[in-house]
This record gives sequence, C-alpha cells and structure tokens, in this order.
Amino acid sequence: MIGFLIQTLRIAVPYLFAAAGGIVSERAGVIALTLEGFMLTGAFCATLGSFYSGSPWVGILAGIGGGLLAALLHALSTIRYRADQVVVGIAVNLLAIGATRFFLRLAFDSSSNSPRVPGFGASDARTGVLASLANPLAWLGIATMVAMGWLLYRTPFGLRVRAAGEKPEAALSVGVPVRRVRWAAVAISGMCAALGGAYLALDQHQFTDGMTAGRGFIALAAVIFGKWDPKRVTLACLLFAAAETMQIRLQALQLVPSQFVEMIPYVLTIIALAGVVGRSVQPAALGKAVE
Amino acid sequence: MTTAALLPAAIERRQRWQARFEESILPPLVALAIAAVVGDILIIIFGQSPGEVYRQLLEGTWGNAYGFGQVIYKATTLTFTGLAVALGIRAGLFNIGAEGQLASGGFAAALVGLAMPAGTPAVIATLLCLLAAAAGGGVVGAVPGVLRARFGASEVIVTIMLNFVVLALLNYFVAAHIHVEETLHTPEIRAGAVPRLTSVSPAFTGSAANMTFLFALAAAAAVWWYLFRTRGGYELRAAGLQPDAAEYGGVRVGGVWARVMTFSGVLAGLGGVNYVLGYKHYYEEGFGTGSGFLGIAVALVGRNHPVGVVIAALLFATLSQGGLAVNALVPKQMVDVLTAVVIIAVATAVPEVKRALLGVRRRAAGTGKHEPGTGNGEPGTVRAGVGTGEPGTTTAAQSTMQAASSPGSSFPDPGSQP
Repeated sequence: MIGFLIQTLRIAVPYLFAAAGGIVSERAGVIALTLEGFMLTGAFCATLGSFYSGSPWVGILAGIGGGLLAALLHALSTIRYRADQVVVGIAVNLLAIGATRFFLRLAFDSSSNSPRVPGFGASDARTGVLASLANPLAWLGIATMVAMGWLLYRTPFGLRVRAAGEKPEAALSVGVPVRRVRWAAVAISGMCAALGGAYLALDQHQFTDGMTAGRGFIALAAVIFGKWDPKRVTLACLLFAAAETMQIRLQALQLVPSQFVEMIPYVLTIIALAGVVGRSVQPAALGKAVE
Repeated sequence: MTTAALLPAAIERRQRWQARFEESILPPLVALAIAAVVGDILIIIFGQSPGEVYRQLLEGTWGNAYGFGQVIYKATTLTFTGLAVALGIRAGLFNIGAEGQLASGGFAAALVGLAMPAGTPAVIATLLCLLAAAAGGGVVGAVPGVLRARFGASEVIVTIMLNFVVLALLNYFVAAHIHVEETLHTPEIRAGAVPRLTSVSPAFTGSAANMTFLFALAAAAAVWWYLFRTRGGYELRAAGLQPDAAEYGGVRVGGVWARVMTFSGVLAGLGGVNYVLGYKHYYEEGFGTGSGFLGIAVALVGRNHPVGVVIAALLFATLSQGGLAVNALVPKQMVDVLTAVVIIAVATAVPEVKRALLGVRRRAAGTGKHEPGTGNGEPGTVRAGVGTGEPGTTTAAQSTMQAASSPGSSFPDPGSQP
C-alpha cells in the first residue's frame, strides 16, 4: 500500500509541476497547449546542464532557464504580437521536439538518448521507496502546487492574474497592466513545466528522445478536469497518476488492456468539458488577445 | 461604356489584387525568409555550408523522379489534413484532431479492404474503401463538433484529447484482434488498392507516390466549390467571421459547427487512404504521425484557401523529404525546427502585417473610417474602454456580409466561445 502511494506520487510529480504552470497561464488568459514543449525543453536543458557541470542542481537551473526561454518566445508571439495562441502553442511544441532532437545530435551525436548524467535518487531508476523520497524535486513538486494556490488567491499578483483571464477590459480600466501580467504568468508557467521535465530527466539520469511522452497534455487535462483550481487540480493529478500506477501494478494480471487505462485522463476531461453536471467552465478571456 | 467609367473599375481591381498580395502572399514569404535565416544558423552551427545543404535538399526532392515521387506522396496526405484544418478555421473552429481522424480513416479503409473478397471489381472496392475512410474520419470529427454546438465545449481541447483516445483505441484493436504476428500492422487488404505512379513511369520506382494524389486535388476542388459557391459554404464563412451576426442573419451556427467538424474529419480521414490503399496496403500503428499537426502549418501558410493549401502541402512535403536528403550533412530534425519557425513566423507576421497595412491605409485616407474587408481583421481582440470608436462604424452584420464575400480575409477567431 505504501509502495502504491509512493509510486503514485512519483508519477504525479511531473504532472503537478506542469499543471501548476498550466493553471497560472490559463487563469491569466493564455491557453496552456505549450506545457508539453516546455517540459521537453526543461528535460533536455537540465540534462545538458547536469552533463557539463557535473551537478544536478545546475541541471535544474539550466532546465528552468530553457523552459523560460521557450515561454518567452511564446509570450513574445502571442502577447506582444497577438498571434493566435493555439497555432503558436502547437508550433512551440513542434519546435521543442525538433530542437531537442537536433541538439541531441549536436551535443551527444545520438538520435535517441544522452549519456548518463548526474541526477537524483538511486542509480537504478525503477526501484526504491527511499530513492523517491530522497529526490528533492519530488518535494518541490508538491510545494509548487501549494505555492500556486497561495499565489493565485492570497497575493495582489494572483488577483491581477485572475482579472487578466476573466475580464481584461475591466482590469485595464483600473490600471492593471494586463499584458505584463500575462507575460509574467507565461514565464512562470514555462519555469514550472520545465521543472517537471527536469524531474523526469534527472530521475532517470538521462534524456531520451520525446521522454515527456504526452505528460504535458495529461497535465493540461488535469488543469481542465480540476476546473483551474489548484486544490482540485492536485487531486486530478493524483487521480491520473493512481490510475497509471494501478495499470503498471496489474499489468501481469491482464485485467484491463493498458490502452484503456491510458485513455482515462482524456476521456474524463472530455466528459468534464461537456458534462451537464459540474461542468468545467474556462476563464472567460482564455485565448483572447489584449491590445 | 466610356473609358471614364472603366478606369475606376480597373484601378479598383488592381487595388484588390494588391491587397490580396499584401495579405495572403507577403506574410508567408516573410516567414519563409525568416525560416531560411534560422536554417542557415542551424547549418552553420553544425559546421556545414548552407549553400551545399540547400542544393542537396532541392536535388533530393525536385531533382529526380524518386525524390519528386516522395514529395507527391507526402503532399497528398498533407493536402487532406491541410484542407481539414483550413475548412475548420474558415468556420472559426480549430481542428487539432486531424491526427486521430487520419488514423481512424485509414483504419476503416483497411477493415473494409480486408473484408471484401479478392475478386471485387477495383472501382467498387476502392470506392467502398474511400467511403469507409470518410466515415471513419467523419465520426471522430463529429464528436467535437457536436460537443461544441450542444455544450460549448472547446473544440481545441476536445480534439487534442480525442487524438489520444482514438489512437489508444486503434492500437488496442490492432494489437488485440487483427495484427500480423510480430508486427504492429494488419494483414494486407484484399481489394481496393490504388495503383502506384510506377505504373505510369518506371522512373518512380521505389517512391510511395500513387494515384491518391488525384483524390487530393479533387478534394481541394470540392472544398473550393463548397466554400465559395454554395449556401452551406457561405453560412460557414459567416459563422466563422461573426458567429453572433450570422445567427442574427438566420444561420444556425451550432448546426454549422457540427457539420463543419464532421466534414473536416471526413477530409482528414480520407488522407489515411494515401498510406493504406496507395502505399503499404495495410493499416499500421502510427502510420500518419505528425501529418495532422503539419496540416495546421499547411492551412496557415496556405491562408486557408484550397489552392494555397495544395501549394503549402507541396512546400512542407519538400521540406520533409528534403530533411531526409540532407541527413548525411545535418540532422534531418532541422526541418522540424524550420517547420515550427515557419508556423510561428506566419502566425506572428500575418496579424502584424495586416495591422501595419491598415494603419497606412487609414492614414492615407485621412480618416478613421472602417474599411470593408480588412477592418474585420482581429475579432478576438479585447480593447480597453468603450469609446475607441473604430468597430462601431459599420454594424457587425454588415461587416460580416462584406467580409464573408471576400475570400482574401481569412483568419477569424477560433478561440471564441458561443
């Protein structure tokens, strides 16, 4: 049972990081399709940083930097130049996939994975309760989500973020610099999601091509399923992670095909979007540009 | 008619062409220039000479029959997914689910091809497979359309999520029920295959090019006719430019959305035929990976016009095949980076160029008057205050009708909710 919980938590950590980023971005009115790309960039830059410095802590910083860079590109295009958020979001993901592969070949002359780099936890990536607990990023993931709740509901910045996502005209008219708030929100989302990617890479002690494997989209699903509220989103992340854990543990029994378990987060999200009871309603100005 | 009457008409026509050039052709060219610069930088980082890489890229694609055949093959799939995305955007909807619809269409075509006896007449067999592909894609497309129309669920999110669901389902079916041992694909279809281009000229030997490209061209023509020559297409464009005004003008916007997403899914589903009927003759897990997302790039660069889509599909197919041709010099992933750069640059440049042009024209005219056709530029924008004037000068309904009748202005706000 303890093993189950630990494994769930371990799987949930990247979701928590990315979903925290997704919440702040979407609450500010910028669609968070980019989480996947930010994560992948973060994972790759963390690997680079750790490889060249020999310290996973430098890796974390490099990962955050990479995510921030990708996020600033997204913000420049969608906020400064008011380009369409969906189009640019998709492109940022493509860019992350292409660029990580390109630089993987450039830096390590490999098309599949980096060499082993210093990371956190036990050397054997798959085992060990203690190994997971020893990973500082696991704790940081939980802390990030708590911090996000505090930021959104207990600080002036959080109030501005919510205003920018719900009623930007009203916020502008009382002097809130909506575009600057959105810039900040997107930057934070890039750094949070990148930490999720850095966790993956440093936990496995290497970067593998496309290693985020859709986790950014599961995080986005969690944000929507959790109705853009940090508490509910945390529960959604844990729920999705628990389903995955269950599937891994029951694999041998062949009770349910793994593909059906994979679908759970997406199906739940579609139902939540369409549902008559307890439906998810997005921030009013999500996806709309501001002059 | 006198020359005095003809002259203004000629000037007007010239101005219209100029506007169309500035709005539709200039931004993609600017974007390509930006991509070329980024490409140069990447190539130099990798220690190669850009001129040599670009030369090999062209030689490996348009320089020989095999490369050209591959470009045709890739452009065929991209034309279908590009048309699917473009049709949606014209109606103000974002279909990001082409990926899943393509796979679903291909799977359905393979199932029908498998079910038919080997001796089925080729025309009937192919037709039935095409119908199956259309149905397979259409069903997947209809779901987000109906959910948007009935519940206001964001089609962007639903299509993304549905991609994962559909692909997982198909993987399950193939893995659990009909795969050939030790592979991830179904057995070969018994009937319905489309001939390869090799049968026309042996020069194409080895390339995947097949007659499906004719279907793609036919689909582009059909989409053009539907968009600009039918009532349904007019309603579609009106709904895309100003849903509220269209509703006021008697269009059932919800119904249009459901219909458009279904059609969009049909187009993407037909794209699956290129691989299943034309190339490998079986359905394989992940056969069209990436084509759905590239369809967005194709629609964007093609300015959501069927002709533009075909040209843009050729462009991205060239890039994709060209990446393989230069892989010995620089990693083929360079073209993925360039594709992304093109998308971002076009998405960023188009509204910016439009705004700049609008500003110039307004200053030239000396007034702040609303210009038909172009003033509708950015419906998704939120303005501070209420008294900024400009949008109020013509009624929303009028400007919709004006804009809907000019095929040039083409990027409505897909993010808005009903």
